[in-house]
Amino acid sequence: MSATTAALRPRLVKRLLPSRATRLAVRIGAVAAAFVAAALFLLLAGNPIGPVFSALWSGSFGSAYGQAQTILAAIPLVFTSLAVAIAFRMLLWNIGAEGQFYFGAFGAAAVAYAWPEWPGPLLLTAMVLGGMLGGALWALVPGALRAYLGVNEIVPTLLLNYVAILWVDYLVNTAWRDPESLGFPLGVPFSAQATLPQLGDTAVHAGAIIAVIAALVIAVILRKTIWGYKIKVIGENRRAARYAGFSITRNIVGVMLLSGALAGVGGMVEVSGTVHRIQADISPGFGYTGIIVATLARFSPLLILPVALLFGALITGGVELQTIGLPSDIVLMLQGTILFFALAGELLVHYRIEWRRQAQTGSEGEPGAAGRAHPGAMPSGT
Amino acid sequence: MSTHDPGPAEGAVELRGIVKRFPGIVANDNVDFSVARGEVHALLGENGAGKTTLMSILSGAYRPDAGTVSVGGRTMSFRSPKQAIEAGIGMVHQHFRLVQPLSVAENVLLGAPSTFRLAGNATEDRVAELAEAYGIRVNPSAKIWQLSVGEQQRVEILKALFREASVLILDEPTAVLTPQEATHLFSIMRRIASEDRAVIFISHKLDEVMAVADRVTVLRAGRGVATLTIGESDKANLARLMVGREVMFRVARSDHDAGAPRLTVKGLIATGDLGLPALRDVTLEVRAGEILGVAGVAGNGQRELTEVIAGLRPAISGTVAIGGRDLSASTPAERISAGLGYVPEDRLGTGLIPSLGCIDNVMLKRTDEFARGFFINKQAAEAATSELVDRFDVKTSSLHSPVSLMSGGNIQKLLLARELSAGPGALVVAQPTAGLDVGATEAIRRLLLEQRDAGVAVLLVSEDLDELLSLCDRIAVMYEGKVMGVVGAAGADREQIGLMMAGTASDPA
Ligand SMILES: Nc1ncnc2c1ncn2[C@@H]1O[C@H](COP(=O)(O)OP(=O)(O)O)[C@@H](O)[C@H]1O
Ligand SMILES: [Mg+2]
Repeated sequence: MSATTAALRPRLVKRLLPSRATRLAVRIGAVAAAFVAAALFLLLAGNPIGPVFSALWSGSFGSAYGQAQTILAAIPLVFTSLAVAIAFRMLLWNIGAEGQFYFGAFGAAAVAYAWPEWPGPLLLTAMVLGGMLGGALWALVPGALRAYLGVNEIVPTLLLNYVAILWVDYLVNTAWRDPESLGFPLGVPFSAQATLPQLGDTAVHAGAIIAVIAALVIAVILRKTIWGYKIKVIGENRRAARYAGFSITRNIVGVMLLSGALAGVGGMVEVSGTVHRIQADISPGFGYTGIIVATLARFSPLLILPVALLFGALITGGVELQTIGLPSDIVLMLQGTILFFALAGELLVHYRIEWRRQAQTGSEGEPGAAGRAHPGAMPSGT
Repeated sequence: MSTHDPGPAEGAVELRGIVKRFPGIVANDNVDFSVARGEVHALLGENGAGKTTLMSILSGAYRPDAGTVSVGGRTMSFRSPKQAIEAGIGMVHQHFRLVQPLSVAENVLLGAPSTFRLAGNATEDRVAELAEAYGIRVNPSAKIWQLSVGEQQRVEILKALFREASVLILDEPTAVLTPQEATHLFSIMRRIASEDRAVIFISHKLDEVMAVADRVTVLRAGRGVATLTIGESDKANLARLMVGREVMFRVARSDHDAGAPRLTVKGLIATGDLGLPALRDVTLEVRAGEILGVAGVAGNGQRELTEVIAGLRPAISGTVAIGGRDLSASTPAERISAGLGYVPEDRLGTGLIPSLGCIDNVMLKRTDEFARGFFINKQAAEAATSELVDRFDVKTSSLHSPVSLMSGGNIQKLLLARELSAGPGALVVAQPTAGLDVGATEAIRRLLLEQRDAGVAVLLVSEDLDELLSLCDRIAVMYEGKVMGVVGAAGADREQIGLMMAGTASDPA
């Protein structure tokens, strides 16, 4: 009747799942918007944005050295992101990739120190297995707690990070301490056989290849295997999975073991390829950044590769920022902004904003409660 | 609308040219609908015909995209349910909106346009008076959570009467009632109509419409197809109008003797979701080649019974056996391989995964069959799925698109097709036709009878007594987690079963 008196109010309306192309465009747009927002913020804070972005660029993609460093930083991220992604396919939050990364490094180092004279291929294979074992072991505890006792995995995985970091810290200060380290918490350098070879005459090591293979293997597991199908079903709908006779407990433990093993290989690759020994602070938070990378990649193993590269660039760009006297924390802000915009973009992909008269809000959609099932924001297919 | 035209009587409702669109569907397509004071007017149509939508427009919850609503000769444009209530339109929804911890009287008064609050007893007296006047059986001081579903529905009706509704809309009210409760409701409806008010009765059950209505308007696929007086209609022509073709009411059921006991449960005791007793010593035996029905008002342990049999809910004590093999301690997977098929009540969410396509959903129970080592044999899965889709006449645009996009009937056909394709020895089926249209209902019932004739032991849980009477060999009646008795379906007495559903009588047969 008197619609003119009612004020226009926005509200979110669910829309049908948009096309793949739209979703990709929204995500790329989100990254671009994040850079713009970050630039504005830097301006407000009185920073020169020109030098910041040119340092970020030259430190990451803008030079041969930068490119190698970017790839080197992306490698461990690929592993931790895969670890987060595979767990999330079953709606498990593995916040513990950081600790599993450290424990994988520990496992690999234990092998490297035990049989330093083994021939390279054999020793490196054994180190990969050691890394997988270490990481898997570290994920087993929260996985089993979740599967058998229903304890939410978030807190145990998170807390075990500190234990793993301190354990490595302890070792490099005691048993594995390099006598020539002048008091720094460094382990004894690895033998030449325990070091991953460089790719050609670049600074990039063979871990890059292992990372790509890992992503492909996970993609194949998810798409082509019975286990991947079960993971998908359990992630989509636990009740249906139980109905179909799938063992939820066994699959939770299995996926957590795989998740931990992936992060563990990340630790192995980092110490064997980049650091060439075990030491404290081998990770500037790869496990946590992996959560952001996996989320941005929508938990798709193949999308993780480019997103990890972007975040590798941010990390190395941050180092460059320090050389021109700016805080590298700018990079953390950028990472956070990207995630924020990506999540906002996600919302816009699934909902649209509709402006309606205020008087009508709340009444629509009441009767019938025709609850329509939507695939929601869950990964599918990819 | 030539016959019995009431003219523009005061208080009558008149909907003209109502159009309401939802994304991808026209729920109401130019519908005319008018109701006079003093009549019970049925709104008949299959699921999804647009009945609820039309009445939501009359009751102010939706605004029409086109068309006019007039009440008592005045054109209205309701912008909220509150405005409709003020104009005398009361609606009892399929899902009640009562405040559980409050008493009946308090709920009735809640939100009523009274300028003063009455104190305790006075409130209850007024509500009791009102209930008395319409012959509504309910205790005004009882708390809502203590009431049965049927009683809660009466509270909703009282609420509307208390707000002086001159038009009362009841949306599929009998779905949750025992036959006796339904009869009681019909007498309340007649009483209300006789007070010079109008009652709109939404239903898709022909018997009920014939029993209580003065006139009936039939909706089909969003369009009003006819308005008739009950005198000039019969079940067959109403069914034809509703479905758009001839309908067979009885599925042919062959006579044959059932075999040995195939599925047996003994002394089952189990709790429900809230930890309260749901099954109290249930013993049943389903023989090969028979359909054993389980009748009862929703929430008397039927769902828990099917879940315990499938291994999805632990039993506190008792045994489940198939073909003499004790499966009480077996996992769901072991029960499936022992030949148990299960069509759960919750089709989309337990039986099928809404976001996945037909192939992935068919694989759900046949994972091992479609394995080639660690890998999925995609060709085999796809071939088997398209064969099932063809054989069971499942209509879908693609084997890969989410099953949630399919209609309810096709969803159920797919689910049943998958369960039957495993060649089960025993089949547990819960509410197989609830919410389905007449065509799909017929198809599903025929499939169940085929299974029976093929020697499968079928346990059929249904709230539709007519369905049980037409399909089953024997019917077990459940009340509060107990089996009140098992009766032969041939020549079964509806009254008798109704009483057992209400927990009063136990049958010796
Ligand atoms: N809120 C809604 N949003 C989208 N579609 C709806 C909504 N409510 C009903 N529909 C659709 O409109 C059609 C009519 O539904 P409804 O009025 O509930 O039918 P009925 O009550 O006769 O079973 C159905 O196809 C239904 O899916
Ligand atoms: Mg309805």
